[in-house]
Amino acid sequence: MTASPTSAQFVLNAHQAFEDEQLQKALHLTREGFVANRAAAAARLPEFEALRDSARDIKAHTLGLLDLYLEAYEKKVIEAGGTVHWARTGEEANSIIIEICKRHGAKTVTKGKSMVAEETGLNDALAAQGISPVETDLGEYLIQLRHEMPSHIIAPAVHLTRDQIEADFRRNHADLPPERDLTEPTALLAEARGVLREKFLAADVGITGANFLVAETGTSIIVTNEGNGDLTQILPPVHIVLTSIEKVVPTLEDVSQILRVLARSATGQDISVYTTFSTGPRRPGDPDGPEEYHVVLLDNGRSSMLGTDFADMLRCIRCGACLNHCPVYQAVGGHAYGWVYPGPMGAVLTPSLIGIDKSAPLPNASTFCGACESVCPVRIPLPKLMRHWRERQTERGLAPQAQRWGLGLWGFFARRPDLYRLATRIAMPLLAWLGRSEGRFSRLPLANGWTATRDFPAPQGDTFQAQWRKRTKTAAAHGDGE
Amino acid sequence: MSARAEIFANVRHALAVSGNEAPRRRSVEDRLRHAPQGVIPARGQGDAAARLALFRDEAERVSADVTELESAQQIPAAIATFLHDRNLPARLRCGSDPYLAALSWEATGLHVEKGRADPSDLVCVSHAFAGVAETGTLVLTSGGDNPTTLNFLPDTHIVVLNAADIVGDYEAAWQKLRMVYGKGLMPRTVNFITGPSRSADIGHSLLLGAHGPRTLHILVVNEGA
Repeated sequence: MTASPTSAQFVLNAHQAFEDEQLQKALHLTREGFVANRAAAAARLPEFEALRDSARDIKAHTLGLLDLYLEAYEKKVIEAGGTVHWARTGEEANSIIIEICKRHGAKTVTKGKSMVAEETGLNDALAAQGISPVETDLGEYLIQLRHEMPSHIIAPAVHLTRDQIEADFRRNHADLPPERDLTEPTALLAEARGVLREKFLAADVGITGANFLVAETGTSIIVTNEGNGDLTQILPPVHIVLTSIEKVVPTLEDVSQILRVLARSATGQDISVYTTFSTGPRRPGDPDGPEEYHVVLLDNGRSSMLGTDFADMLRCIRCGACLNHCPVYQAVGGHAYGWVYPGPMGAVLTPSLIGIDKSAPLPNASTFCGACESVCPVRIPLPKLMRHWRERQTERGLAPQAQRWGLGLWGFFARRPDLYRLATRIAMPLLAWLGRSEGRFSRLPLANGWTATRDFPAPQGDTFQAQWRKRTKTAAAHGDGE
Repeated sequence: MSARAEIFANVRHALAVSGNEAPRRRSVEDRLRHAPQGVIPARGQGDAAARLALFRDEAERVSADVTELESAQQIPAAIATFLHDRNLPARLRCGSDPYLAALSWEATGLHVEKGRADPSDLVCVSHAFAGVAETGTLVLTSGGDNPTTLNFLPDTHIVVLNAADIVGDYEAAWQKLRMVYGKGLMPRTVNFITGPSRSADIGHSLLLGAHGPRTLHILVVNEGA
């Protein structure tokens, strides 16, 4: 369920996240698992780093020739009997899907997990036309019951605890006996399986996303662990794939390279349970599979990222490793980011898709520790891209007044080295003298944002430059020149 | 301007594509025609015996059961025993796969139904197109022989795999597929299946049997052994 973005109030969202006990409990339970599992999977494959390079190069190659690979892909889909639709915006994509659903008189549609569908707000658009969308990925189903957005791109309900899930099931599955025992997670899983099995069998249309598209064969690929995406696409008479233009890769060999880094980076599995390659509709003699196969290819601002600083972001394969390793994401969870894509990848992608004016705090929601870049399977320089957004904010006057004023003041002195040295030569000994009793400050004028949560260390006396000069002189006197 | 035309115009503009596209087109055609291989993990590159051993290890690592048989004729009895041991009814569903059809099911007392899976089917049997040693992955192809619904609707999925069809890596599986279907052509569905269905969405613990089969039982027929 896509609400209007609240990314602009990230700071407020983050404060609420700190206060949310259930959320903090859930985040705590997840934190180490993802990180340790990825590290173990990477360690088990000696070629892992070389495969990351390979995956990066394949995506970069394809993006540089994107128009031609999209043409090749489209041609193969049509040859296989499928239909390709092009959508400039989320609204266009939703209209195309609604039109197909209406043509088939669809009342309910099942959905595999799709971040692009979250991006276009497809569920609300379908519901407004009297078509009921049923999310079938367990995590997506859980948040659909709560009318929430996903808080993680591969584990949408990672912010929920078992207790919350039990309460939601009791409230929503009111036709089941109230005295049933749902203590064990397996009981909850079995209940969801039973409820959703009925939905799978009743659906008129199945909608999935795609992790990749293969130009060589006109194939769309979904990667899942539950098998829900497969039941979504093989049972109803119509299969619609909603995905975006940057998902195309050249060949089956190329996608095999990327698959080797996807699950390892995401969940620490060597490969997900189900990797499914779909090409066109049911063939003559096939006893199952959809009679119609549609692919809706969404642009929604992606084409204008090509050729810019942000083109690297189009390599993203949505594994979630940058979220899992980010200290900010680990502390506040995904909802604080205020839109569909959270964490470092969201901090870079969201401003491209909804505008930096609506998401100004996101590129600043980072400690710049670099963990995200160090684990990214396609080596996207996420901190650098966040820095680019910060530069644009400053250029466009979107940075907060105090920050711009402070940077301006610092810039004034930094451009005048003599003045800078004079100012620091006066200020440092003064600060050292003021802080001499404790060696630190628990309060500082103009810096209460810092001192509210930690002390500020008092300077030792000399400035860095003075100490450097002294060291250079001493070294020269000893004649070692080091 | 149509959405398609506008998206292509935007992409070409952003990529600053000039009038001369010949080198770009050549680059795309070459890659699509030759499908160059990238980095292939060394671990799948052993001989047939090593591939079988690795396949088995990797499949068991992701909670699949693997049983080795010396001949195809042992398949019906092995399945009958498996169902009996698990307290499952002696009935199963499979497609029209000729390899499975040639087996003598009658002697085992198993009731075999043919066709796509029905929601009430508890046990389905498929014949895999290939196995991939590197991750213990089964490769199944759609069609009347082995309908795709067999892979997802039942509680228990039994998959017959010939040891001779176990390849080292995904790339080798694609080569094998191209030999059958032709370059650039695919069956409607190719399923890579690695272990039984699972989810970690409830209570942060990994649970088997989300929407697909809770049990994946692999019968590897190794007639060369």
